[in-house]
Amino acid sequence: MARSSARPLSPHLGIYKWGPHMAVSILNRAMGVGLATVGMAALVWWLVAAATGKEAYDLFMSWASWWPGKVVAVALTFTFFLHLCAGLRHFVLDLGAGFELQTNRAWAWGTLIGAFVLTGLTWLLIIWKGL
Amino acid sequence: MGSGTGLGRVRGLGSARSGSHHWWLQRVTAMGNVVLVLWFLFALVRLPSLSHDAVTGWIHSPLNAVPLALMIINVCWHFRLGLQVVIEDYVHGGMRVLALGLLHFWTFGTGGFALYAILKIAFAGTPA
Repeated sequence: MARSSARPLSPHLGIYKWGPHMAVSILNRAMGVGLATVGMAALVWWLVAAATGKEAYDLFMSWASWWPGKVVAVALTFTFFLHLCAGLRHFVLDLGAGFELQTNRAWAWGTLIGAFVLTGLTWLLIIWKGL
Repeated sequence: MGSGTGLGRVRGLGSARSGSHHWWLQRVTAMGNVVLVLWFLFALVRLPSLSHDAVTGWIHSPLNAVPLALMIINVCWHFRLGLQVVIEDYVHGGMRVLALGLLHFWTFGTGGFALYAILKIAFAGTPA
């Protein structure tokens, strides 16, 4: 790739000190990939099983209620809520707001904490209802 | 890679005037997902149980089947745009072509199965 040597390069990622904003940014991307692959596969399996009949659906539910299935379910819930919170954060950043150092750091932490709290609340509700 | 020089533009490697369209659709589908996926999660936890009868009965209603189908379309559209950017950032050369092709198959494959399943339940119900 041709590049004019007179033009400056931006500093490489490696020189920056890690902060919550960087973590949330790359996690958001990773969570998106997880939702599109594992999340979508689980959703399609659930829907196709429901459309196939009771036997196929119960097979799905037996996998989903086995402990590795539950781990995947909790991980997907957290993944969704982090992607949601980080996406909402990006809506604000896209407006050109929230780039002040303290504000940016605070909202990045808020995104992480929000994802944990929402995941916890969702599973408390699921356990409480016995779903 | 257009570096903003005249030569870069002449080679047709500069702005194709469609860069913001992809970005914008990513945001529009994101907003749609905020509404549709949250609705889906709320609806799931509000069901009396996750038994086959309860779930198919829920999807059987047009008021649930249509938003659910729209959610599938919107989710597929959103991850098709999003994973394209991820692939373009990290995968190069021939592997990129392969990865983008697989992304197409994954998007339409999963979307097709999910939509068919929803419509089958919505139109016919399922044998017990």
